[in-house]
Amino acid sequence: MVTIYLFGKKYSVPGELTIMTAMEYAGYKLVRGCGCRNGFCGACATIYRIEGDRELHFCLACQTQVQEGMVIATMPFFPLIKQVYDIETVTPSQQLMMQLYPEVYKCIGCNACTKACTQGLSVMQYIAYAQRGDFKKCAEESFDCVMCGVCSSRCPAGISHPQVAMLARRLNGKYLTPEAAHLNDRVEEIGDGKFEELLSALMEKPLDEIKELYHHRDIEQ
Amino acid sequence: MYPDEMRESLAKVEQNRAFNTAFEPKRMTAEEKETLLKTYHPDYIDGEFAELLVGQNQGEKVPKELAALLQAKSRITSDFDVSRPDYDVDVLIIGGGGAGASAAIEADNTGASVMIVTKLRIGDANTMMAEGGIQAADKPNDSPAVHFLDAYGGGHFAAKKELLYKLVTEAPEAILWLNRLGVEFDKDETGTMLTTHGGGTSRKRMHAAKDYSGAEIMRTLRDEVLNRKIPVVDFTAAVELLLDENGRAAGAVLMNMETQELLVARAKTVILATGGAGRLHYQGFPTSNHYGATADGLVLGYRAGAKLLYADTLQYHPTGAAFPEQIFGALVTEKVRSLGAKLVNADGEVFMHPLETRDVSAASIIRECSDRHHGVHTVEGVGVWLDTPMIERKHGVGTIEKRIPAMLRMFAEYGIDIRREPILVYPTLHYQNGGLDITPACETAVPNLFAAGEVVGGIHGRNRLMGNSLLDIIVFGRSAGRNAGKRAKETGIGTPDLSHLDRFARQLDEAGLTSDAVSPILLPDYARKKVK
Repeated sequence: MVTIYLFGKKYSVPGELTIMTAMEYAGYKLVRGCGCRNGFCGACATIYRIEGDRELHFCLACQTQVQEGMVIATMPFFPLIKQVYDIETVTPSQQLMMQLYPEVYKCIGCNACTKACTQGLSVMQYIAYAQRGDFKKCAEESFDCVMCGVCSSRCPAGISHPQVAMLARRLNGKYLTPEAAHLNDRVEEIGDGKFEELLSALMEKPLDEIKELYHHRDIEQ
Repeated sequence: MYPDEMRESLAKVEQNRAFNTAFEPKRMTAEEKETLLKTYHPDYIDGEFAELLVGQNQGEKVPKELAALLQAKSRITSDFDVSRPDYDVDVLIIGGGGAGASAAIEADNTGASVMIVTKLRIGDANTMMAEGGIQAADKPNDSPAVHFLDAYGGGHFAAKKELLYKLVTEAPEAILWLNRLGVEFDKDETGTMLTTHGGGTSRKRMHAAKDYSGAEIMRTLRDEVLNRKIPVVDFTAAVELLLDENGRAAGAVLMNMETQELLVARAKTVILATGGAGRLHYQGFPTSNHYGATADGLVLGYRAGAKLLYADTLQYHPTGAAFPEQIFGALVTEKVRSLGAKLVNADGEVFMHPLETRDVSAASIIRECSDRHHGVHTVEGVGVWLDTPMIERKHGVGTIEKRIPAMLRMFAEYGIDIRREPILVYPTLHYQNGGLDITPACETAVPNLFAAGEVVGGIHGRNRLMGNSLLDIIVFGRSAGRNAGKRAKETGIGTPDLSHLDRFARQLDEAGLTSDAVSPILLPDYARKKVK
């Protein structure tokens, strides 16, 4: 068993638990601060300090094992700014960033965002790319972001990093990466009814014949 | 870091790695698969299922945990006043995952007023956790007919053909729609999609966004819903549907998850997009599902008169994490096997082809760990190795970081470098193959009640292929949104009430079902327990 402090209150919990399961073991029935429980949704942003240590740590509660002396506060919500825009009409330019998220230009380079990132991303670096309108690099650098908001909670400039990155990724996915020609062709072929005959012939076959086809179909190497 | 007792087996895996990487294991014959499933798949354990005594599927068997919820009492009584709605919209969407968000965008396109209610946040859904990819037959050597055959056979020839037809023919359009919303699919420099196999596919048609495929799709859809200013009422669950005097769906009774306040939403059409049921932990399995996967939509729909299809078939993902215990049951994406990692037993032997369908793979792992005694034992249980270092032997150094960064991160947290060491896996409860029976227009048996996503059954038959679920939430989510939006314009508004609760309660009484349990449960109860 290890001793942890949930919002300052002392509990004794089995040492193999995560912060999230330790809270439940202690008796919490979570509503806030718990989503996918697997490190993808960013619901369980958590701040802790080891008793007697000066350093603050940031993590996802579902992905972090408890340690002796952890003093834990969860951050189930943080007021990020999410600007609305029309993805169909925007242009992926630096002006767009200036217009939607001008606070990125107030970055003072303290790197607190990067130090706090629960995914270990170079957050300040992707904000620098966003400042320059280099959405492709911003998208690549931020790809693993789960939008937990810890970076923004640490930012003296009030930047909503996850939303800035979200914008960059959508611009990159839609405008800056070439469309797949084979995909466009196939959508057109289906629209033209090219596969109708093939499909209906298959669907109308007796079950035994379909089974035969399935069990002996060739598999691409 | 693996403990000493696992090291002996680990050494055998390392020793055989060169041989195993090159080794091409045979695929099982149809007969072998059938015998394997009947002997080892959890769906075939009779005692784990109970017969429904009331409702549209009376006489059919479903998992006993689900039967208890389907035949439980309502959280409210029929005299609850629903005459003064707190919300009044055209289309009410219950659930904020991939299907709900897709439905909202398309319903919004019809000009209808739309509202999403979700008991947690928009995006707290299994969609967010789908790692491996999404299928679509868009390569020149592939066609919707081949996709159909793969899925129909993989689902044991039980899928409703008209639903599967819709799935495969609208798949390329779904990918294009997502891409044009800004979803970043893995492509080469010319724009050609990087595609791989999944278990049971005969063409490489798995599109991915690294191993964050579902997260990338979900966050993009969520961003789009927010851009359109579609109202999202979060931390608000639906606890009952409303029906009007003609038996048509007409809204829902909602509950604020934080204050327990009950609210009423009136709507002309309702879409159930509530997802799956992994948090019911059927047969004691751990689950890869999100916190809210508690079969709410099945309960609400069934009580209102909707019909279920194949509710007795569940998917156990063959590769849940079996070590360390902090991530016990967490999903290890099938893409790990698509990229070349094989399943290896305690003696260092490859015991099956890595890309059999999920039900067959899960049953095969269970056999290896039970009757064959070739499992690796841990404090928590047992598992087999998934030899991840094979990936970089096959595709080169750096492949793991580039293609499956989430897996790399998840295990690195516990000192396991999957580029150098294998991981231990065992099946985890992953997906509800069955669900509400729908038409290709996403209509349930209850007029004006639509359904889409994991809450639906019949698209995949009795087993789903990897990558067909992300696909179905988009194809059927969009369709449900379009159709519910259109219907809202044509349909009249009746007087919503809860009298169907009395009818259902009478049936329970007559069947002698007197349990005090209430449903939907909304969230699992993990307080004071050690949770898997």
